[in-house]
Formats: sequence, structure tokens, C-alpha cells
Amino acid sequence: MEELSKAVEVEKRDFKRRQRSNRLKQVLTISSPIFMLLIWEFLSQTAIIDPRFFPPPTTIIETLISMGASGELLEHVKVSLIRIVFGFLLGVIPAITLGLIMGMYSSIRHFFSPLIMALMPIPTLAMLPIILIIFGIGEFSKMVTIAASVFFPVVINTVAGVMNIDKVYADVAKNYGANPKDFFMKIALPGAMPVMMEGVQMGQAIALLTIVAAEMIGANSGIGYVIWMNYKAFLIPEMFVGLILISFFGYLFSLLLRGLQSKLIPWK
Amino acid sequence: MSEKIKVDQLTKVFFKHKEQVMALKDINFSIEDGEFICILGPSGCGKTTLLRILAGLETPSSGHYDIQAKGQERPLQSMVFQEQGVIPWMTVEENVSLGLRMRHAPRKIIKERTSMYLKKVGLTPYKDLFPKELSGGMKQRVSIARAFANDPEILLMDEPFAALDEQNKFILQEELLSIWEETKKTVIFITHSIDEAILLSDRIFLMTSQPGTIKEEVKIDLPRPRQMKKVRSDPKSADVFLKIWNHLQTEVQESRIKHER
Ligand SMILES: Nc1ncnc2c1ncn2[C@@H]1O[C@H](COP(=O)(O)OP(=O)(O)O)[C@@H](O)[C@H]1O
Ligand SMILES: [Mg+2]
Repeated sequence: MEELSKAVEVEKRDFKRRQRSNRLKQVLTISSPIFMLLIWEFLSQTAIIDPRFFPPPTTIIETLISMGASGELLEHVKVSLIRIVFGFLLGVIPAITLGLIMGMYSSIRHFFSPLIMALMPIPTLAMLPIILIIFGIGEFSKMVTIAASVFFPVVINTVAGVMNIDKVYADVAKNYGANPKDFFMKIALPGAMPVMMEGVQMGQAIALLTIVAAEMIGANSGIGYVIWMNYKAFLIPEMFVGLILISFFGYLFSLLLRGLQSKLIPWK
Repeated sequence: MSEKIKVDQLTKVFFKHKEQVMALKDINFSIEDGEFICILGPSGCGKTTLLRILAGLETPSSGHYDIQAKGQERPLQSMVFQEQGVIPWMTVEENVSLGLRMRHAPRKIIKERTSMYLKKVGLTPYKDLFPKELSGGMKQRVSIARAFANDPEILLMDEPFAALDEQNKFILQEELLSIWEETKKTVIFITHSIDEAILLSDRIFLMTSQPGTIKEEVKIDLPRPRQMKKVRSDPKSADVFLKIWNHLQTEVQESRIKHER
């Protein structure tokens, strides 16, 4: 009896220790950005780093608030978000469809693979002139730019996802009489989902990079435009506001996608 | 009784790079409706290949096979796979109803049959779980329930209990027998365990390897319903065990000599 209570005691202590270490990790995760901001604030206030180029975070936040109040900033954010969301979908949906078909049919895979391999290394931004020629300078060309950059990681990961499905599941589906449509929906799509979602995550990050760069080169609205214009006008705190917004939305999107991932892949 | 499965001069050759493997050679047998047949042989002798041909997953190089269908509605066969054939992204219930759903059976029938077989294998409380949360024995129960729920003309089972521990194996063997007694399906069951074959089957086909042929057929006429305890203590089964044992011994030795050459 004493042995037992001793054993329980040991386990309890161990459990508490693990809990404490988990809590410490959480604190570290939250505190590291705060810590960095504090150092930045200090260095900038004391002019150890040049506050003209690196204004203190408090100034940036004040700028953000005053810019937000005018309503113009919101307009830029909205424009960028619409471009990102629709461009993202415009790239992801065809990429998943083509990826699944390529994964399922080896002849189609062999036909498209070299094309994808040849097009993938071209940075989408290098394609921007061609995209502008074909689609004009309107909103759609920006969405196409994002779509093109999102397309490749998603299609490649989707193909890999389908190829990764254990052959025994294909045999099970065949043995139990799955028709091509059922096979597509019930085996290929869910089976490829984990690897595919990795591609979607990657695509999301690339979409953000692309839109900001594209807006810096060829647009008169959007977060990228805000950064570039304010830089050219030497309005550095305003420029930093743009950077902070990108960081915020990047983080938000990856959180959303991770949430979606655990909804879509409850079986992992 | 009527003939259910007829296999005639079935041969299968695989080409691997430049080598060729004669996996099956001139397989002939006939199985009556409602029989429980075990195919017993050393690993690599072509058991899985034979079953995959009957399951329509592999085509024979030559020869024929024929499965008699009673009804139009029923699928010809359902297979319980050797490896983990339970699909990880479907819940237990979705796995069990797989065949019925793929056939687009009426919803009411899907529900009825699925819950009936979930109950028979004791998985009703776990029906909403995903396979990752199940033990090996529970997963094989899902596989078995899925095959029976599909209500096929014949059942094909490829070493379904090979990966289980002894305790689980005994329990599942008896569960399988009791479901089979109720449904009286024709079953071809592959195993490399002599005890398992004796417990389950009406007849045992003994296979030899490279090329895989059926060398002998052993009739098991122990009374049913059977239980491991009774079968183990029956002197008749001990004789059968020895007979099969001797056969397999010489088989394994011969194939070893063949390989060393
Ligand atoms: N798809 C395949 N391609 C090439 N050889 C195969 C294939 N499937 C099985 N074989 C060969 O056929 C023989 C029989 O295999 P198998 O039917 O799996 O045996 P068992 O199930 O009795 O262990 C083995 O020598 C194996 O290597
Ligand atoms: Mg095998």
C-alpha cells in the first residue's frame, strides 16, 4: 500500500513538472515578440539606433491609429485582402483538381509533369509584365499573379499526396466497388489531404509575398503600395505600419489555415 | 449442395525486371456453397496472389475461375486484407458501411446492416472513432464487419489474424466462426497457422511454393460449432496437425534446398 502511494506520488510530481515546463514554453512563445519590441523601443528612444529609420514601436502604433482613423488605410487593406483571397482561391482550386487527376492517372501525370517542372522555377513576379499584357492592369491581373504563385506548391503537393496514399486503400476501394467519382471523393481527396494542406500552407505564405511585391511594382492601392509610397515620401513610421499589417495578416492566415487543417483532417 | 467456386488451371507469372516468378501453377479446385476453406502454405507460396485473382485485383496469366452468383444485387466477393485495410480517414461506421455505400444501397439498408454488424463484432460504442484510436484487434473486427456487411457471394480473407497477439486471435477466431455459422457464407481463408486452419475449416488446401501449387487437400470433419478448447483436446485434430506439420516441414526444406542451389 505504501509502495503504491509512493508510486502515485512520483507520477504526480512528474506530471506537475511537465505541466510547469509546458507553461514555461507558452510564456516564452508569447513573451519573445514583446521582448523584441521592448528592446526596439529602448534602442530607438535612446537613439542607439537611428529613430528616423527605426521609429519606436509606440510611434508606429500611434501612426497606425491615426492612419486607421482617416479610413484610407482600411481601403488599402480591403483591396489587398480581396486580391489575396480571390487570387488564392483562383490558384488553389485548379491546383487541387489538376493535382488529384495527375495523382490518379499516370498518363496525365506524365504529360503535365514536365510542363509544371519547366514553369515552376520562373518567379511569378518575372511573369508580371506578361500577365499585365494579357489581363490588363485591373484587379484581375493581380489575382492572376497570386494564383500563379500559389498554383505550383499546391499542385505538386497534391500529386505527392495522392501518390503517398497506401496502395492497399486503392485495392480496398476497388474491391468494394468504388466508381471513379467515389474513388476521387472518398479515397484520393481525403487521402491526399494531409500533404496537400502542407502545400496550401506554403501557397498562403507565397501569396502574401507575391501580392506585396506586385503592389509595390504595379499598383496604386493595397498594403504593398502603402509601404512603397511612404518609403518614397520618407514617411518611415507610415511605412512600418504597412509592414506590421503584413506580419499581422500573415500570422492570422496561417492560424486560420491551421484551424481548417484540423477540421479537414480529424483522423490524423 | 451446389458448386460455388470453380478454379481451373489457374497460373500466374510475375515479371520483375528480367526475372520471372511463377507465383501460381495449374491451380485447380472446386468449393461448395457454404464451405469454409483454409489455404495453408509457407510464406511466398502465392496465397495472396491466388486470393487477389479471385478478388479481381489481379488477372490470371492463364486459366479460369468462376464464382456462382445467386442474386443479382449482391457483389461477388469481399476481401479482408492481410495488411491494415481499414481506411484511416473513415470512422469505424463509415468503414463498415463502405461496400454498401459504394454500391449506393438504399440508406435504410445501409443503416440496418451496418449497425447489425457493428453490434456483432462489439464495436457499436466505438462507431464514431477513427481507426488511429483502435487497437489491432479492433481494426481487424472492422475489416471483418465490413466484409460481412457487404453481403457478398463469397468472402476472401488474407491472414486476417496474423498480426494479432494470441489472446486476441483466439477471441476473433471464435467470433468469426459464430458470425459465419449464422450467415453460412462461402469463405476462403488464408493462413500459415495450422491450428487456425484446423479450428476454422471444412477443408484445408495445402500449398507448395515456387511454383505455387495445391499439393494436397485435408478434410476436417470435427463437429460444429467448434471451440478452440474442444478442438485442441480432440485426438483426431492432433493427428491432422501432425500430418500437416510433416507436409509443411518437407515443403520448407525442399524450398530451402531449391533456393540454395
Ligand atoms: N506484384 C508482384 N510483382 C512481382 N512479384 C510478385 C508480386 N506479387 C507477388 N509476387 C511474388 O509472387 C510470389 C508469391 O507471393 P504471395 O502471393 O504474396 O505469397 P504469400 O501470400 O503466400 O506469402 C512471391 O515470390 C512474390 O515475390
Ligand atoms: Mg500473403
